[in-house]
This record gives sequence, structure tokens and C-alpha cells, in this order.
Amino acid sequence: MKVRYLTGVASAALLAATLAVPASAEDIKQGGSMIVTYKDDVSTLDPAIGYDWQNWSMIKSLFDGLMDYEPGTTDLTTDLAESYTISEDGKTFTFKLRDGVTFHNGRKLTAEDVKYSLDRVVNPKTQSPGAGFFGSIKGYDAVAAGEAESLDGVTVVDPLTVKIELSRPDATFLHVMALNFSFVVPKEEVEKWGADFGKHPVGSGAFSLEEWTLGQRLVFKRNADYWRAGTPKLDQITFEVGQEPVVALLRMQRGEADIPGDGIPPAKFLEVMKDPQSKDLIIEGGQLQTGYVSMNVKMPPFDKLEVRKAVNMAINKERIVRIINGRAVVANQPLPPSMPGYDKDYKGYPFDPEAAKKLLAEAGYPDGFETELYVYNTDPNPRIAQSIQADLAAIGIKAELKALAQANVIAAGGEADQAPMIWSGGMAWIADFPDPSNFYGPILGCAGAVKGGWNWSWYCNEELDKLAAEADSITDPARKEEREKLWGKIFTSIMDDAPWVPVFNELRFTMRSDRLGGPDAIFVDPVHIPVNYDYVWAKDVQ
Amino acid sequence: MVSYVIRRLLQSALILLGVSLVTFILLYLIPADPARQIAGRSATAQTVENIREQLGLNLPFYEQYVRYLLNLLQGDLGRSYLQKTEVSELIAARLPATLLLMAGAIFCELLIGLTMGLVAALKRNTPTDTTLMVLSFTGVSSPQFVIGILLLYVFAVQLGWFPIGGYGTFMHLVLPSLTLGLLGAGWYARMMRSAMLDVLRQDFIRTARAKGLKRVQVLFGHAVPNALLPIIAMIGIDIGLFMSGIVVVESVFGWPGIGQLAWQAIQRVDIPIIMGVTLVSACAIVLGNFLADMVAPLIDPRIKLR
Repeated sequence: MKVRYLTGVASAALLAATLAVPASAEDIKQGGSMIVTYKDDVSTLDPAIGYDWQNWSMIKSLFDGLMDYEPGTTDLTTDLAESYTISEDGKTFTFKLRDGVTFHNGRKLTAEDVKYSLDRVVNPKTQSPGAGFFGSIKGYDAVAAGEAESLDGVTVVDPLTVKIELSRPDATFLHVMALNFSFVVPKEEVEKWGADFGKHPVGSGAFSLEEWTLGQRLVFKRNADYWRAGTPKLDQITFEVGQEPVVALLRMQRGEADIPGDGIPPAKFLEVMKDPQSKDLIIEGGQLQTGYVSMNVKMPPFDKLEVRKAVNMAINKERIVRIINGRAVVANQPLPPSMPGYDKDYKGYPFDPEAAKKLLAEAGYPDGFETELYVYNTDPNPRIAQSIQADLAAIGIKAELKALAQANVIAAGGEADQAPMIWSGGMAWIADFPDPSNFYGPILGCAGAVKGGWNWSWYCNEELDKLAAEADSITDPARKEEREKLWGKIFTSIMDDAPWVPVFNELRFTMRSDRLGGPDAIFVDPVHIPVNYDYVWAKDVQ
Repeated sequence: MVSYVIRRLLQSALILLGVSLVTFILLYLIPADPARQIAGRSATAQTVENIREQLGLNLPFYEQYVRYLLNLLQGDLGRSYLQKTEVSELIAARLPATLLLMAGAIFCELLIGLTMGLVAALKRNTPTDTTLMVLSFTGVSSPQFVIGILLLYVFAVQLGWFPIGGYGTFMHLVLPSLTLGLLGAGWYARMMRSAMLDVLRQDFIRTARAKGLKRVQVLFGHAVPNALLPIIAMIGIDIGLFMSGIVVVESVFGWPGIGQLAWQAIQRVDIPIIMGVTLVSACAIVLGNFLADMVAPLIDPRIKLR
């Protein structure tokens, strides 16, 4: 049995449906421009390398991959691929490319380019932070070790067909094909610019890079030959860098900028939300993120389950949400609510300091103990940590705060015996793609519990690792629900062992000027973070 | 004179070497692992190891340092870990903005400082004098981020006379120059005041008055030029002060210079950029002091360089 999914026609129809505010997508005139501001310089725009929330969405506008998501949602759809088939054993994917797609330099995009791009991202010389995502492709190990230049599993069938064979079934593979790291780059441009390709990106996306003045601005211009007719809407986007969030907000209020890319600064949040002029310009959305306290199960006394449970019951999460002005919802499990597999019926540990004290006594610590809580030293994280500190003190645990630079906290978490507790704020795991498996392996699985890893609680449950592998081998789309259920079970089982205190799931707030139009969902797009630039339109040219 | 210049240049080279060594050691001691940082959170241990090897981070400290120096001699400051761009390119792109800001600041500090000092000297021991000296003291002792934010709030946000940060036109330059220059203005006001008082007591001023010159002529023809001489030599030393000030001022005003670059790099532990900017600043300071020393004997023949 071969399965054939969404074709171009179907995805176009869906797209039109999503965008049908206020008129149909075709009625929105192209033209106009917008200014987006950022504090930091934009780092590389090379899709194989760029991996921060600032360049993530920019790269998505400059390049295309085989797969993408419906704008404003987490629903997979085809992009450069017109269609695809999956073999019955779930190990062979055959993608049929859209005909007539060209790079910004005018050359036609072919299956050779897809292969080149995948070989390149896995090649250790590229130094791609995303190379590991392609681990399931046949031949990955040889290329990653520098012994081969080309992935055995990726073959060009004809100029418009590429076949990818996996060494094991991987239910997340289509998500991987929608990641920036898999985006298609033209070989001749990569070779021409070498290490500077990230400053001279050439892709096939909705926009092309027109100008980049280091430290000042980037200008994106509409790609008139973009294969998706009528997209993008704007003629030009200017990204201005080096602007503090507070300054960016003021400039927006004066009409000098359209989107403060770093969001609303925490200190201004309440003021802006209460201001009748600005509150309508704010769009709220969820985020595939969970803020948590990790407890290192290898460091006594956190090796005792009762202690970890006690901490789970001691922390007043509602108060922490109030500290950040309600910009989050209280969490009770590792998965965020918008992630497939989230268990709506799971209740978690109640806030009950008395019961927590009892548990501590049972564990042999009736008078509590002394420990350390590591925290990233930027607001509001130290304030949140103080609140946690006070909660712990109420049950007798004296936690000393270690407020450090981000890189130092991450380094401490990656050592087996250094950080007994970490508040994850400001460094918290944000999903790379909307699939529960992405919330397990690196941060709660055995694979992440290594020196320099991200599993800061050093929790390793081999039984759950087996279940996880089982869940990820369910590649049949018809069994999607079964797979998500299994993942949900894995995460609630983790909570039985309580290596984390899930504290909250942050909400996102994007502010945009009155000039800009487009469905709300694209301004808080869960994948094109922070904003899906391709579907924004300008009211002044309508 | 020539031997003095050669000696000074050699000394400067030693100072720069020392600065590079100290900075390198400090950055080496930071507990963050650059390879892991470049690799990102999803990288496998193998990827991290590859990157470490490619950057030579697996080598012992002295080997890393020698490598860096050898590259430096060829003008290669390395590539930014996060931006992936040549550090020299990043600095070159931002240097003009910083130089422009410094020129603006020098103009502001001289204009404000010298005027204040002159007026204070002429109105010595009056309330005007006291007020001006209190003001100059405030200028010297106020942190620049406070002055900067205050100026920004009053003149850009409330009054709307100037743009709220940014770069490009003359109007963009005014507030950051003023912020950076106020500290120096305070110093110059005090120096100018005492220099003027000193000069006004001299015999040649009395002679000038005695031969019937007008007050204005005495002041600007004889007194001011003589009082200015020692002050001019100070400008070179100011460059060192500016180098610490630009990090704050450029960040407050969103000015795209090397100070802002340094601030971003420090927050993200982008070691090659921090090294590069530190070395460029050290060069500027050394050069500034050197120029100040060279100019001094031209202004005052009593000073001899040996």
C-alpha cells in the first residue's frame, strides 16, 4: 500500500481558508512594506547553521524545504514537495518536487539540490547545530564521522524526484524535512561564498535578501518569481537591529516601526496592556515551551523520590505566574498544552506545603536540608527563583541562589555533580518541531543525560526510553492517535518519578502597528517564530 | 626624538601583547564551552567534538594563544562564533560610526567645557562660578547610562526634538555625542577655569592691558590661546575614556558602533569578537596617549622628548 497525501491543490485551498480575513486571500493587494526591529545583530542566515529565534523565521522566508506547516498552525503540509509517498515499512520516503521552482539567482531547483543540501548539513565541516536531526537517514554515521561526503540513503531518481531511505522507522521524519536545517540551498552560491554564505543567502523563498548593512539593517525584497502565486504580500521588509526593546516600543508608538521583534519588554507589559490605544494591537498566542525546575536525581538528597515529590508540592506556581504579570499558564506536566500528546486529564501534584513537609520527614529530612538553585541572571528569572526559594524555605529547604550568565548555567547543568536544582527560565526548552518526541530525548531521555547534555535532572529511565523508541517507530499516519497517546503516557510516567517541577507554559505576545493586516495566528505563529513574515500585508495599499 | 618614537612604539607593542594575553586568559577561564555553544542544544557529542577540533579548542592553552597571535600578525582576528562573520569585517563595518560619535563627543566636550571654564574664570567667586562648578562636578560624577536615558526621555520621547536612538542623520548624532561628551566637559571646565586664572595673573596679560588692548582682544588674543595649550594635549587621553563610555552610550542609543558590538558579544560570550574589540580599543588608547605625548612639545617647547 502506498499512501498519497496533500497535493498542491488541496494545500492551496487550505491556505486560502486560513487567510480568509477580511476578504479572500486573492483580494489582498500586494505592495507596501514594514519595519521590524531587533536588539541583537542578526547572526547567520545560512539555513544549515542559523538556530536562534531571531533568524529562524527570516530563514524560512528566504528558503524553502520539502515540507512546511500551514501558516499559523502546527499542521504539516507540503512545500517544495508537491507530493510524497511513504513505503509500507515506514523507512522509504519518495518526494516529488514541484516543477518550475527557481532560486533567487534564476536557476531551476532540482532533486540534486535537495541531495546536496542534506549532504552538506550533515557534513561536519558545515558545523551545523542541526546535523543530529538527520540521524535516521541511511549513511548518516559515515558522513557525520567525516568518512563519506554523500548520504547513502538519499538518491536522485530523476530531476524532480528524490528518494530518502532511513535506517530505522522515524515518525518525526516529515517534521525534520520541515526544519530549517533541511532547507534547499544552491551549490554554486554556497561554493562561491564559502563561510560567508550566511551573509549572502540565496534560496527559493518568498523573499530575497536585498541589502545587509552590518550592525544596522537588513532589507528583504519580494521574490516576484515565488512559486506560490500571490505570496508574499509585502514588497519589502526592513529589519533594523541594535534597538533596545523599550526604544523599539516607543518607536512603534510613534509610527516609526511596525513590529518590535523582541516582544513587549516586561517592564512595559502592564502599561501597554492597559492602554486603550495599544491593547488592540497585541496578539496573544501559545508557545511550545515549558518552564521547569530540574532536580538532579544523581545528587543527594534529590536521589530520593519523596524529596522530589515534596518539592513538586511546595512550589506555588500561581504566584510565579503573577510575578510575570500573567504571561504564562500554570503547568503540571512536561508537555505544553498545544503539543500533541498533552494529557488534558492529568492533574499533577497539588500545591500542598503540609503534605510536602510530611514527605520530607518520610525521606529522612524532617528539618529540611541545604541546597543550591541555579538561575539565569536576567529579569524576571532571579525574581522567580526568589519566589521558589521562599516556597522551599516554607518546608525547611534552604536553597542558595546561584544567578549566573546563561552559558554558565547551561554548563553547570551539563555536569553530573554540579547543579542540584536549576530554574530553566530564559533557557527553557522550546520545541524545534511540534512533536512530543522533541520534548523527550534531549531533555528527559538517557541520551541527554551525558556530560554537556541538556538533561539537567540526569534522569534516565531505560524502560521509558524503550517506549519512546516504540512510539517513534509508529510511522503509519492512521495510527497517529495511538502514537500520541503513548507519548502522553510516557510524560505522565515521568511525572511519577518527578525529576522536574513543571512550572508554567509561557504565552507569547506580539505587538504590531495598525498598518499591518493578516490573520492573528501568523503574528504568533508556533513555527515561524516570532512572525510568519510571508503572510503579513499592508493596509495602506488596499 | 627618533629614538624616543621607536622606544614608545616598542613599548606600545609590549602593552598590546600584554592586553591580548590577559584578555585571552580571562576568556579562557570562562566556564562556558564555546564548542557546545556553537553546536547548539540539539547537537550530538560527535558534532561538538568535531567543532572543538576544527576551532583548535582541544589544544592546550598556550598553543591556542600562539595560534591566535600568529593569525593576528596576518591581520586575522578570527570568525565570530555566533555571527560566523570575520571579526575584522564586523569591526570595520562599525568603526566609522564609533569614530563619528567620538568626534561629536570631542566637539561637545570642548564647546561646553571650555565655555563653562572660561565664564567661571571670568566670574570667579560669584554665584555663576559656583553654579558652573557644581554643574561640572555633576557631569563628571553622573553615570553615562543615567544621563543618556534622561536625555533620551526628555528631548526625544517627551519633546520629540530628536529621534529615539538610531543612526543616520545629524539629529541622530546630537544626544549620544552630548552624553559621551558631558563627562569630559566637566573635566575641561575645571581645567579651563584654573588655566585661565593662572594665565590671567601672568605678566604678559598685564602688558597687553597696559598697551591699551580691548578686553576682548586681551582675552581671546592672549589669554585663551595660552590657557588652551595644556588642554589640547589632553584630547588624546580622552580616547581611553571614550572607549569605556561607548559601550554604554552606544547601547542606550542604539548606535551601531563597536561598543554595541562588544556589549552584544559579552552577553552572548562570543569570544573572538570580545578579543577583537578589546584589542582595537587597546590600540586606540595606546595611540591616543602616544599622540598626546607627541603633540605636547609642539605646543610647549619646554617639554622635551627623550
